[in-house]
Amino acid sequence: MFISMFGAVESGVIYAIMALGVYLSFRVLDFPDLTVDGSFVTGAAVAAIAIMHDVPTIIATLLAVVAGFVAGSITGILNTKGKINPLLSGILMMIALYSINLRIMGRSNIPLLNEPTIFTQLQEIWEGTNIDQSLNAMLLSLGVDRTPGTWSTLLVMIVVTVLIKFITDYYLKTEIGLALRATGDNEKMIRSFSANTDNLKIVGLGISNALVALSGALIAQYGGFADAGMGIGMIVIGLASVIIGEALFGTKTIMRTTLAVIGGAIVYRIVVTWALRVDFLESSDMKLITSLLVIIALVVPKVIDGQKEARRKRRKRNKLQERLKGEA
Amino acid sequence: MLNVKDISLTFNEATPDEKKALQGINLTLKKGDFVTVIGSNGAGKSTLMNVISGSLTPDVGDVAIGQKNVTMYPEFKRSQYIGRVFQDPMAGTAPAMTIEENLAMAYARNKKRKLKPGVNKKRRELFREYLSTLNIGLEDRLNAKVGLLSGGERQALSLLMATFTEPNILLLDEHTAALDPSRAELITNLTRDVVEKFHLTTLMVTHNMQQALDLGNRLIMMDKGQVIFDVSGKEKQALTIEKLLHEFQRIRGIQMDNDRAILG
Repeated sequence: MFISMFGAVESGVIYAIMALGVYLSFRVLDFPDLTVDGSFVTGAAVAAIAIMHDVPTIIATLLAVVAGFVAGSITGILNTKGKINPLLSGILMMIALYSINLRIMGRSNIPLLNEPTIFTQLQEIWEGTNIDQSLNAMLLSLGVDRTPGTWSTLLVMIVVTVLIKFITDYYLKTEIGLALRATGDNEKMIRSFSANTDNLKIVGLGISNALVALSGALIAQYGGFADAGMGIGMIVIGLASVIIGEALFGTKTIMRTTLAVIGGAIVYRIVVTWALRVDFLESSDMKLITSLLVIIALVVPKVIDGQKEARRKRRKRNKLQERLKGEA
Repeated sequence: MLNVKDISLTFNEATPDEKKALQGINLTLKKGDFVTVIGSNGAGKSTLMNVISGSLTPDVGDVAIGQKNVTMYPEFKRSQYIGRVFQDPMAGTAPAMTIEENLAMAYARNKKRKLKPGVNKKRRELFREYLSTLNIGLEDRLNAKVGLLSGGERQALSLLMATFTEPNILLLDEHTAALDPSRAELITNLTRDVVEKFHLTTLMVTHNMQQALDLGNRLIMMDKGQVIFDVSGKEKQALTIEKLLHEFQRIRGIQMDNDRAILG
C-alpha cells in the first residue's frame, strides 16, 4: 500500500507540471485548449527519440519543451490569425499532432528501459548521499514493511515542480503576465490599453504546451517508454487536477491557486491508484474514473454551497417568524 | 490633435440592410478641446467613436492623431494614444484582477510591457495617490478584486485608468448612461476635473442634453451619419436645452422637407 501510494505521489508531482500548463490555458487565458492530448505525446516522443540518438537527457528534455511551445503557438495562430474557434483550433492541432508524433517516433512505441534517463542518472548521483538510507530507516521505525527504492525522483521532482510554480507565479505578476491574465479576463479592455492580445494568446498557449510537453518528456523517462496513445484523455486529467485542486485548496490568490493545482494533480493520482486497488475495477476503467472524478469535483462543491445557502435562509426565516410571533 | 477627414462607412453594402453609418464626416479637434456629441439612436455617434479608436476601419477617409495618420493602425496599437471609457461599467476593467493590477495594466499603456513586476512599491504609492483623487475610498482597497466593486466605483476606476497616463485623445462613449443619477453626477464631475487637470483632448458621446451643455467647450450634433450642427465657445455657453431642441427640429425639418421635395 505504501509503495503504490509513494508511486502515486511521485507521478503526481510530474503530472502537476502538465496540470500547471492546463491551468494557464484553461483558467488564465480562458481557452479550452485540447492541444494537450497531442503535445504531451510530442514531448515524450521528442525526448525519447533524442535519448535514443544519445543526446544528453537534459538536452533531450529541453528539446521536448521547445517542441511543445511550437505546437501550442500553432494552436494560438490558428485561433487568432485563422479566426478558428478555440475548441476547434485545439482539436485540429491535436489530430495533426497524432500523425506528427508517429513521424517523430517512427513507430508507435519506443522503450527506454535500456537507455539512460534523467531519473536513472539522478539516481546514480544520489547514491553517493545517504539520504535514501536515513529516510528508509525512519520509515522502517514507523512500521512500514516495504520501503521505496529511491527518494531521488520524488524529492528532485518536488523541487523542480515547485520551482516552475514560483516562476509561473512571478510571470503572471509581470507587466506581460498581467496583460496575459487580462486577455483571459476582459479581452476588449486590455486591447484598449494597447496590448496585442493575438500575440499574448499565442505566447500563452506556447508556454502552456511547453509545460505539458515537459511533463510528457519526464513521464516517458519515468515510465521507461513513449507511446503514441499515452496522451489520450490527458486534457481531462489536467482539468481534473485543476478542478479538484481548486475545490480542495482554494483560489484566493495566484500563488494559492498554482499550489492548489499541484495538490490537485497529486490527489488525483492518489485517488486513481486507490480506486484501481478495488477488486472489480481494472486499469482500463481509469478514464471512466477520471471523468467521474471531474464530475464529482464540479458538482459536489455547488451542492454543498446550495445547501449552506438554503440553511442560512431557513435560519433567517425562522428567526423572523419567531420575532413576529413574539410581537403578536 | 485629432483630425478626422472625409470619413464614410457603410454597413452591409449592396444588400437590403444597407446602412450608411457615416457619410463624409470631417472633424478637427485642437489640443485641449472637449467636444460633446449628441444625436438620436443610429445617428452614427458610436460608429464614429469606433472608427477613431480603431475597432472599425472606414471605407474611405483618414484619421490622424497629431501628425500621425493612424487609419490603418490596428486597435491595440492605436490605443497607445487613446484612452477610452465604455458605456458598460463591466467593459473597462478586468473583474478577476485586483484594483492595483488593473491600474498597472493601464499604466503600461504607452510603454513596452516587460518581464518585470507590474506593481512595485513606488507604483503602489502612485496608484494610491491617484485613487485618492476619486474620493470614494478605493485607495484603501488596492488588493480588492475589481469584480467586487459597484458599477459606479468600477466606472470611476475605468475613468481613472483611461486618463492618468495622459493619452492624446480621450473617448467617452455614454460612460454615465448605465449609472443611477447620483453616481452619474459623480462620474460627470470626475470627468470634468480630470479633463481639466490633464488638458485632455476629449470626445464625449451622451444622450443627456444637459450633460452635453454643461461639459466641454464645443458641441456637435449628428444625424444620419453626418454632423449637422457644430457650436463652440460663447455660442455654446449660451445654448439651452430648448434652443438645442429647436435647432434639432429646425435642421431635421429642413432635411425632411428636402427629402419630401426629392420624393415629390
